[in-house]
Parts: sequence; C-alpha cells; structure tokens
Amino acid sequence: MPKELEPGSHESPDDSSSTAHSLELLCHLDNTAHGSTACVMWEPTGDGKKVISLADNHILLWDLQESSGRAVLSSSASLEGKGQLKFTSGRWSPHHTGTQVATANDTTIRGWDTRSMSQIYCIENAHGQLVRDLDFNPNKQYYLASCGDDCKVRFWDTRSVTEPVKTLEEHSHWVWSIRYNHSHDQLVLTGSSDSRVILSNMVSISSEPFGHLVDDDDLSDQEERRPEEKSQEPPQDSVIATYEEHEDSVYAVDWSSADPWLFASLSYDGRLVINRVPRALKYHILL
Amino acid sequence: MAAAAAGPGPGSGPGDSPEGPEAEAPERRRKAHGMLKLYYGLSEGETAGRPPGSDPLDPTDLNGAHFDPEVYLDKLRRECPLAQLMDSETDMVRQIRALDSDMQTLVYENYNKFISATDTIRKMKNDFRKMEDEMDRLATNMAVITDFSARISATLQDRHERITKLAGVHALLRKLQFLFELPSRLTQCVELGAYGQAVRYQGRARAVLQQYQHLPSFRAIQDDCQVITARLAQQLRQRFREGGSGAPEQAECVELLLALGEPAEELCAEFLAHARGRLEAELRSLEAELGPSPPAPDVLEFTDHGGSGFVGGLCQVASAYQELFAAQGPAGAEKLAAFTRELGGRYFALVERRLAQEQGSGDNSLLVRALDRFHRRLRAPGALLAAAGLAEAATEIVERVARERLGHHLQGLRAAFLGCLTDVRQALAAPRLAGKEGPGLAELLANVASSILSHIKASLAAVHLFTAKEVSFSNKPYFRGEFCSQGVREGLIVGFIRSMCQTAQSFCDSPGEKGGATPPALLLLLSRLCLDYETATISYILTLTDEQFLVQDQSPVTPVSTLCAEARETARRLLTHYVKVQGLVISQMLRKSVETRDWLSTLEPRNVRAVMKRVVEDTTAIDVQVGLLYEEGVRKAQSSDSSKRTFSVYSSSRQQGRYAPSYTPSAPMDTNLLSNIQKLFSERIDVFSPVEFNKVSVLTGIIKISLKTLLECVRLRTFGRFGLQQVQVDCHFLQLYLWRFVADEELVHLLLDEVVASAALRCPDPVPMEPSVVEVICERG
Repeated sequence: MPKELEPGSHESPDDSSSTAHSLELLCHLDNTAHGSTACVMWEPTGDGKKVISLADNHILLWDLQESSGRAVLSSSASLEGKGQLKFTSGRWSPHHTGTQVATANDTTIRGWDTRSMSQIYCIENAHGQLVRDLDFNPNKQYYLASCGDDCKVRFWDTRSVTEPVKTLEEHSHWVWSIRYNHSHDQLVLTGSSDSRVILSNMVSISSEPFGHLVDDDDLSDQEERRPEEKSQEPPQDSVIATYEEHEDSVYAVDWSSADPWLFASLSYDGRLVINRVPRALKYHILL
Repeated sequence: MAAAAAGPGPGSGPGDSPEGPEAEAPERRRKAHGMLKLYYGLSEGETAGRPPGSDPLDPTDLNGAHFDPEVYLDKLRRECPLAQLMDSETDMVRQIRALDSDMQTLVYENYNKFISATDTIRKMKNDFRKMEDEMDRLATNMAVITDFSARISATLQDRHERITKLAGVHALLRKLQFLFELPSRLTQCVELGAYGQAVRYQGRARAVLQQYQHLPSFRAIQDDCQVITARLAQQLRQRFREGGSGAPEQAECVELLLALGEPAEELCAEFLAHARGRLEAELRSLEAELGPSPPAPDVLEFTDHGGSGFVGGLCQVASAYQELFAAQGPAGAEKLAAFTRELGGRYFALVERRLAQEQGSGDNSLLVRALDRFHRRLRAPGALLAAAGLAEAATEIVERVARERLGHHLQGLRAAFLGCLTDVRQALAAPRLAGKEGPGLAELLANVASSILSHIKASLAAVHLFTAKEVSFSNKPYFRGEFCSQGVREGLIVGFIRSMCQTAQSFCDSPGEKGGATPPALLLLLSRLCLDYETATISYILTLTDEQFLVQDQSPVTPVSTLCAEARETARRLLTHYVKVQGLVISQMLRKSVETRDWLSTLEPRNVRAVMKRVVEDTTAIDVQVGLLYEEGVRKAQSSDSSKRTFSVYSSSRQQGRYAPSYTPSAPMDTNLLSNIQKLFSERIDVFSPVEFNKVSVLTGIIKISLKTLLECVRLRTFGRFGLQQVQVDCHFLQLYLWRFVADEELVHLLLDEVVASAALRCPDPVPMEPSVVEVICERG
C-alpha cells in the first residue's frame, strides 16, 4: 500500500493521469515552510501511519490521519552547523521497532532516534565526497551500507563508526544507489553513473554463516559433504556480476519485493533493466 | 796371412807391394801378440781378432797354433800354379823379413827397460838398509820414554789422591758453613727486604736439612730456619695483603709464597680477591665517568680509559695467574675464566651504557674508532682466555652497535626525507603569500632528489667506516657478509626506498581525501620523484651500495626490478591521486556553480559565466604545472592547431543541427533514439581511470572528471529557456578552450554534447540559441 501512495502525494497530479488506475490524492504534506524535499520514508513496520521527510536541513516526522486525510507534523529536528547543510538521502531502519533513521548530508551520515528526534551517531567523512545513498542490512540490525561520489561502497557497523567494516571500489564513477537483498543480505546491488550495475557477494559480513552448519552436525553426511565443503571453505567477498546493459548513468536499483532473485535498474535514458541473480549462485546459496 | 795371400789374388802382382806393409801391419802385430800370448800360456781360444770362419785346428793356417809347415807346403805345391807359388814365396820372404825387424826392435826396447829396472832395484836396496837403522833407533828411544812416564805417574799417584780428598772436604765444609750461616743470612735478608734471595736460600737448604734432621745440630738449624721462614712468609703475606703495590709486585709475592710451599688454593683465591678489588676500582671510575650528568669525555676517551685501565689490568692478572697457578690444572683455569667472565660482563654492561648514550650522535668515525679500540683491546685477553669468551662478547657488542647505527641512519634518512617534504610544502606555500614566483617545481624536484641522494651517500659513507680494512673487527664474518647484504643493502637502502614509497603512498590515502592536507603540487612532485627513482636512481643507488660494500653474502636480496616496480606503482598511484584531487577541485567549482543558480528564472545569456573562465584558467595552470615535470605525451593524430578551431566550430554547429530538430514536440522519441544511437557508436568513458605518465593523459583525466561532474549536476536541475542557452554558451566556451589539453578531443565534444542534451531534456521550453550568436558571445568572452 505505501509504495503506491508515495508518488501520488508528492508529484504533480497530471502525471498520474497516464497510469491505468487513476490515483487519488489522499493526503498532502504541507512542507512549504521547510524548503525542497529530498527524501520521504515510510515507517518500515507498523500500520503505515508515519512518514519522515527530509527537507533541506530539516527532518520531519509526520502522522497520517486516515480519517481526516491530513498529515500532522508530529515532531521535527534540524541540522545546525556552518554553511548550508542539506540532507541528500535517508533510510528508516527496519530494526529497533522503527525507532532509528539514518540520514546523509554531504560526506556525513547521521543516525536519529525518532522518539526524541535526537542524533544517535554521526559518521564524519563517511565518504570522501557526497554520500548518495544508504541502506540498512535487513537481517543485521547494526549494519549499514553507504555509497557516494568517491566511487566507493562502504559498510558500517553503527556501534563503532570510526572505521568502515568494509570498503568496495568497483565503480569508476559516482555510486548513486545501493540495496541489500531483502532475504539474502550477502547480495548487494549498486548502480553508478559509470552506467554499470554491480551485484556483489559480501559473504564475510552477511548474516548467513559461512558454510553449512547443519551439515557439520549431520555425521552420516559428513564424509560425502567433505570435499564439497572444502571447496567452499574460503568464503570470499566477490563481485558476482557486472551488468553493462545501460548506455547512460544508472540512478536507481532495487530488488523485487516478490522474488528475492529478481532486481531492476533504471538509467538516465529511461531504460529499465530487469535481471536475475545467476542460477549457480542461487543454488549455491539455497543448497 | 792366408786371407792376405788369397785376397789380392793372382791379378794383384808386385804392384801392390808398396801398400802391402801398411795394410798388413795390424795383421802382423796381432800375429806377434798371438805368439807372446802363446808364450805366456793364454789359450788360443781367448785370442780375439781371428778372422771368422778360419778353423783354429787348420794345419794350413799360417797364424794358427797347429800350423804344420809340411802340410802347408804340400797344399801350396798341390793347389797353386807356379806363378802363385812364386808370389807366395816372395810374399813369405817379405813377411819373414818384416817379422825379423819387428822382433829386433822389440828386443831392443825391452832390453833398455830391463836395465833401468835393475838400476832402480839396486838403489832401493841401499835406501832400505839406511831406513832400517833409523827405525831401530826410534824404537829404543820410545821404550826409554815409556819408562820415564811410568815412573813419574807412580810418584804422583799419592798426591793426587790426597788433593781429591781435600777438595771434597772443602766442598762439604762450605756447605756446612752455608747451613750454619743460614739462619743469620735469612734474618739479614728478611731485614733488608730481599725476600727473593731469602726464599732462594731456603729452597736450597730445605732438602739437605730435611735429610739430616736426625742429627741434633742440623735439627737446630732447621728449627731456626723454619722460624725465620715462617716470619718471612708472614711478612710476605702482610705485604701481599696491603695490596698497595701494583699487580707485578703482588704476583712476585705470590710466587715467593708459592716457593715457600704455602697452599696454592688459598693463595689463588686471595690473589683473585685482590685482583677483583683493583679491577672493581677501575670499573667504578669508569662508571663515574659515565655518570648521570652528560658524559664529559667523549666515547673514544672512555673506551681508551676502559681499555688501558680495566682491560690492561685484567690482562696482567690473567697472565700472572696463568704463570703462577699453571699447576692448578683445569680447575684453576676454570676459576680464572669465571672471574674474567663476571668482571668482563660488568665491563661490557658499562661500555654498552656508554655506547647507548652515543646512539643519538651523528659522528660515526669517532664511534667506529672507539669500537675499534675496544675490540682491539679485548682481542689480546681473548686469545689468552678463550674460555671466558670475552672476544666473542666484544664482537657481539660491536655488531649490536653496528645494527643500531644502521637503524639510526635509516631513521635519519627518513627524517631527512620528511624534512625535504616539509621544505617543499613551505616552498609551495610561500609564493602565494609573497605574491611572487618561488622556485619552480622542476627546481624543487631537483633539490629534493639531490638532497636525498646526498643524505644516502653520507649514510653509506658513515656506515662504510664499519667495514674499513684498518678496523680490527671488519674481517669478522658478520661484517663481511650479513652486515653488508642484510644490514646495509636490505635494511638501510632498500628499507629507505620502501619507506619513501610508503610515505609517498600515504598521501594518497589520507583520510580526508579532500586534498586539503596535501598540496596537489606535492603529489605531482612526489610522483615524478618516484618515477625518476624507478627509471634511474634506484639502480644507481644499489649499484653504488654493491660496489662500496662488495656484498659477498649469498643470502637472497631484493632485486632492483622489484623495487622499481614498487616505485612505479607508487608514482602511478600518486599521479592518479593528483588527477582525482585536481579533478575534484574543478568539479566542486562546477557543481557549486550549477547547484546554486536558479536556472529557471535566469536572464538571456550575454556572457560566458565567470566560473567557466575560471575552469579554463585553472586547467591552464594545471597544464603548466604538470608540464614542468612531465613530458607532453601523445595526442590523437587529428589535432593540428590551425585546423582545430574550425573543427570545433564545425562540430558545434553540427551538434546544433543534430539536436535542434529533436526539440520540436512532434518527435519526442527522436531525442532518445538519436542519443542512444550516438552512444552505441561511442566508447564507454571510464572517468576515474588510471593515468599514464605524461601531461596529456593527466589533463585528460582531470577534464574527464570535471565534465562528467558537470553532466551529472546538470541532470539534477531544471532549466528555463535561457538557462539552457546559458549552458549552451558555457559548453561552447569550454569546447573552445579545453580541446588543446586532451589526448582525444572527441571525448570533450562527446561529454559537452551530453551536457547540452541533458540540459535540453531538463528544459520545459527548449529553444536553443543560434550557433552564430553562441560563437559571438564566446569570442567576446
């Protein structure tokens, strides 16, 4: 439900006329007082009544009242500092019963507690240049991935923010979008303005344990499994595939919410490419 | 004769005769000899020279023993014709005559000899008679002499025996007198302090007194002597204990005491205890020199003191000990070794403390000389006391110090390198403050390179002192092998080059990555420095090292190629980082300019925006900066200066033609189609790609980064009609000026076309400006 609502509530109404189902304006977030909106996030769990929007240097928490069709600003916070601070993107953490939000402004990543609207952590200089996108690991509550204009992808443990857990440097231009696979969080998708989409296998920091623990317990199978297991023994973080179908910068990538092995990427020239995770890898992960 | 008779044959005749006697002479002589032999009973068989084949028993053989004239005549008469008979007759007559004359000559000669022999014999007979008389007289005289001699010895026999006896008595009496005088003499000696003399007397007398102690008088003397000896020993001990006198006198005391039969064990212990006292005093004085306050005497003086005072003393003690207590056997030697080890250990500890104080100082020659003295002094006792292992310990100390010096020099080199970098930073920062041109980059680079090289050479020279021939420890295996290869080559030189590369690389991953920490010019300079190292300097330095240190060690060393590869990698990374940093600077400028402007309500463009001019200026500045250090590089062939301008104008107009129709709302699909088709035929541009070591490649990288940023920023904005036109003007301006910096101008065209196309797509009212107007504006700018 929330996904469909989002365009309707923000973009110009005449866009919706072309779609098959006509969209109905349910609610208007009155953000005129706070400048241009950079990002809107639904509460990942719960009844879908809360929305956070990032506008310039403000972070705003809205309460949607279905009955009246109004959005009430329930709380807000703003970034203070020298210069013009502007949020570029944000993510609402699916963990901690939806009390945490991460935002990015310039090279800094900040964590917020939505109950008090106060800052929990701050990663200064998370990237050498602008941070473009963030995503939370859906299965490990403290893990956060970020990407930015320094062509790097970084993985953070929000409990210790001085050093990234891991850094990837596969792209040759700004990385615009990063997404964890919803169920197998070792699969990480990134899209970049070098026109490439890269699917990485981050085994070493995924929530799934190395190898297969069940097999180790099963003594009867042990001998048969042994050689296979040996071959898998060193789990290596690796690039699974680089997709070069796009002719121009890729600005968005995302996983299918229905099929965990399906993902789509969208580039400047309007091309939407849908790909599958390679079959061999799929079986490798499943079996 | 038969042969002679038969040889000439019937044809020879008397004409041969004149030659005959000569030819026959040996034959005839042999015949005469044969006769003599016959006379003297020699068997016919032994006579040589007979013509072979002739039968000795042949009765017809004239020369044979069994010659029978009758048979011969018979034979002649029977066999020969008359003429031959006549011949043989005359021949025979001639031979007989010759034989006769020979015989006469022989007889005459022999007769003469007989006569002279007879004369001689007669004379001899006379002489012998005379001699016989004289011999008789001699015999009588000899007999008389023998007689006399016997008589004399008989008379002297008696006296001789008496003299012998008297001499014996005299000797005995003298011995006795010595014995009787011994106590007084000993006393006198002791009083005078001539202990040596006293001990010698005592030694001579002791055995005799021991033997005759059953006699009361001797016993008395012995007792006296023992008392005196005891006193003597007492005094000697006293003197020994006082210990004031030097080691040689003590040694003498001990020697005397030993001669007096004092127990060696005890003396040995006491001797060592005294020696220890003295040597400890030496150590204490050394320690005082060491002191907590800054050491007054330099290290050379210190080791000199130690060498002469402590090590000299130790040597004396050791040699005296070995002389005195040689009888002690291995136990004694062991004691001495333990003693030496302990004191030596303390001495070494002091020396090491002193050397540690020296670590900070830069003067290697003094240190090496000090170490040399130290090592040289300890070699002598080392030879004397192999068991104590002093020489090994000393060598170890020297090696340790050498290693520490290497570490010190490595630190020094690193510090020098960092110092150079600081200087460069200051030099780079200074001109901006002073407002005038400082030293150029190339000059700075040359300064840095030469200063590092001179530092390296100085370090090598300083370290080389350790292996100088005249230094006593330079021929130790460590200094010949490991020190040269592992220490100097690997540790110092390779270590320094590596650390230099690391330091340089650390500028690449500075955490901020904003480039604020490191001035880009420094990156560029370091990159060039590393590249120079790769091409020439590394191999030069290593060759220099190998030559100076003649590395004999076979242990594996880092090959030049590995180091060169490292340096090249560092240079590449630095240059890439330089490109990123400079690209970022220009990118930021472009991004700010795009993001902060309100493109929807902008006015009609009259000018190129100032930021674009700034971009071109900055790019030109970077071009000049890079040009100072790097070569031009290769451009694509198509770029020639004169054609350039027209080409770019043409391209700009063509590009106008291409996207102009697409703005008509009737064909919205064409835009995408066209741009997609164009992209299909263009190469993918890797924006942050590694660069090559030339100016064009560096500039291409920077421009690529900047333009791509511009493109991405433009795509995030929305443009009004005039906004689009402004972008058009700006892009044309950039196109006019940026082509000259890049390897492939097509790249610039492509990216700028993209920018304009993207802006057009983000424009609700895309009406492009006339190309001619664009040109006019740009020309004016």
